[in-house]
Amino acid sequence: MIEKPIDIAPVPEGAPTEYSTINMGPSHPAMHGTVRIRLTLDGEVVKDADIEIGFLHRGFEKMCEAGTWNQVVPYTDRLNYVSPLINNVGYVGAVEKLLGIEVPLRCQYIRVFCSEIARIADHLTAVGAQALEIGAYTPFLWAMQAREELYFLMEFITGARVTTCYTRVGGLRWDLPEGWQDKYLAAEKVVEARVVDMEALLTRNRIFIDRMADVGVIGPQDAVAYGFTGPCLRATGVDYDVRKNLPYLVYDRLDFDVPIGTKGDNLDRYLVRMEEIRQSIRICRQILTDIPEGPVNVDDWRVVLPPKEQVYNTIEGMIAHFELIMKGTPVPKGEAYFAVEGGNGEVGFYVVSDGSGFPYRVHCRPPCFAIMQGLKDMIVGGMLADVIPTFDGINMIGGEIDR
Amino acid sequence: MTLTFVLLTLAKILGFILVFCVILAAILTWVERKMSSIIQDRIGPNRAEILGFRAFGLFHPIADMIKSFTKEEFVPAGASKTLFFLAPAFALVPTLCAFAVVPFGPGDLVISNLDSGMLFVFAIMGFGIYGVTLGGWASASNFAMLGALRGAAQMVSYEVSMGLNVVGIFAVFGSVSLTAIVGAQGHLLWGWLPMWGIVVQPLGFVLFLVAAMAENKRAPFDLPEGESEIIGYFVEYSAMGFATFMLSEFLEVIVIACIAATLFFGGWQIPWLDPTGTAGGWITVAQVAFFAFKVLFLCWFQMLIRWTVPRFRYDQVMSLGWKVLLPLSLANILATAVVLALVV
Repeated sequence: MIEKPIDIAPVPEGAPTEYSTINMGPSHPAMHGTVRIRLTLDGEVVKDADIEIGFLHRGFEKMCEAGTWNQVVPYTDRLNYVSPLINNVGYVGAVEKLLGIEVPLRCQYIRVFCSEIARIADHLTAVGAQALEIGAYTPFLWAMQAREELYFLMEFITGARVTTCYTRVGGLRWDLPEGWQDKYLAAEKVVEARVVDMEALLTRNRIFIDRMADVGVIGPQDAVAYGFTGPCLRATGVDYDVRKNLPYLVYDRLDFDVPIGTKGDNLDRYLVRMEEIRQSIRICRQILTDIPEGPVNVDDWRVVLPPKEQVYNTIEGMIAHFELIMKGTPVPKGEAYFAVEGGNGEVGFYVVSDGSGFPYRVHCRPPCFAIMQGLKDMIVGGMLADVIPTFDGINMIGGEIDR
Repeated sequence: MTLTFVLLTLAKILGFILVFCVILAAILTWVERKMSSIIQDRIGPNRAEILGFRAFGLFHPIADMIKSFTKEEFVPAGASKTLFFLAPAFALVPTLCAFAVVPFGPGDLVISNLDSGMLFVFAIMGFGIYGVTLGGWASASNFAMLGALRGAAQMVSYEVSMGLNVVGIFAVFGSVSLTAIVGAQGHLLWGWLPMWGIVVQPLGFVLFLVAAMAENKRAPFDLPEGESEIIGYFVEYSAMGFATFMLSEFLEVIVIACIAATLFFGGWQIPWLDPTGTAGGWITVAQVAFFAFKVLFLCWFQMLIRWTVPRFRYDQVMSLGWKVLLPLSLANILATAVVLALVV
């Protein structure tokens, strides 16, 4: 519970008072239809909050057990649907860890590149929505415009804006198409311009700062205790980023900074995200120059589909194709946990194999599930008007939290 | 009271309030959408068409009107029906009445040249609170009730500083009648500078505009509406009830523009041209047109603010009103009084 000085006249002794209860969501414009918050209010001050999730539960983890290892990838698109590419990367990373294979260097670079453009899209959505909820409609649409450019880029690379389904166990669906550098640079230009515009309208805006600073505060101890990760944790001053602390793929070869905040309030979360957009652009720029030529898939027909001419013309290719489609990749018995840094924090996948081509168990550790636990602490004691900006500041994504 | 007087007044009401203001309010809905779309790099409304003509979406207000008239008027269960239907009228009528004392041209071109002028405007605008509170209360919804309470608190608070802001104007021009104030603004300072309200009361203008926008519940003071948190006092309204609330909001934008133009921008005065307003003919037409231009400019300015800044929080609005605007208004009055005492 946060103690904040709010000027409210005390109720006279003996006056009959009663807290009011309002039911925010699931049919509330800011709740995405996926969350319900029952608020107990004293005037405008939030006295208690009961947060209810589960409105978007689709049984993701159980569905995963019905298909082969590769058939899970499309489901992961529907977790955090703002940055689906990161989920794709995270899931196949876990399976590859269990398989004990390492994908070619070019594939690793492409996966990092995709993760970073997805992260920019995710952060743009979060900061834009946060601004929108306090009445700044214009920066929100600018953010959406920049995000749209990134979605065009994703569509160019993967064939779909949101349901990307780009990674495969042992590689990728296909290599980056011709001319991706130019498409990326065009998108980057829009993103950079829009970020500058948004900063001009928000970062030094007195009303914006007053609305964001010291609102939705959570301390580093509480944040760690709740299992916060990602920008929400870094805003409290804890320097933890999966990309730095547990480097995966080629993140240890890339040069980037991890911004951290000091107070853990909404303003810090906003500033951290804005800086991370810049850092992600920096990473993408390095990938543009560093990316090596070469194959994107591992050279193993038990894991990756053979090329079509082999399937049609050789018996080995035909058999490999049949085995992979019908029986799936044979993953050795065991279990593995693999985490990537998602838009909201640590996206972890825990996979268990019984030695067959079908997953025995797939569990996703969504970052915002842990962060939502802290929401009550962040909003109780504050004003009603701060509930929604704080809620958007943690960037809860229904598909990820309910799975 | 002669028949000519009645007919003339009716003609003025028809011409100024019903044609100019109401149609301008309808067009402002289009301006707001189109302007926001330009600011936000969008195309904006462009679909409504008549016989293949789209006119940059100018037909959208007409389409909105048809939609509002034909949609179902939904009354929530538990609502107080009579008040629920009366509330939009309570919001609209006082706003329309306020136009009565605005001189939109020289001489007789004012519907009612009341001596109390500005005081009448304050009194009648105060009634606007009823529309908000009754609408919110009669809806039997917690969200609407919160919006109504916010609206009532905000309007009451800002009326105080808004009233005090124009005391400086009253002191300088020596009248509360809007016609007299406009007439006095025809004078020149040092022989060349038009003695407009904004020249003699610059701080008063800024404070007035802020207080008036807060009074009008427009962004950044749109917390009674608060579209992303409580959706507003009219959350339960549909069809024409909602449209009436929206229309009265846009009319209030025009009222504020009219009052600000009258008090601070010399009303129908064109600088250095016919300050007494007795020339007649084309000069009168030009003066009326110049007044309309000032009103349009101030409407545009209010919209520009709306699409630029975020919304205040309830406690911030209250502290701004009582701790910043009110002391500044009092200081403004004091400074005006001292200057007047020394100069005059």
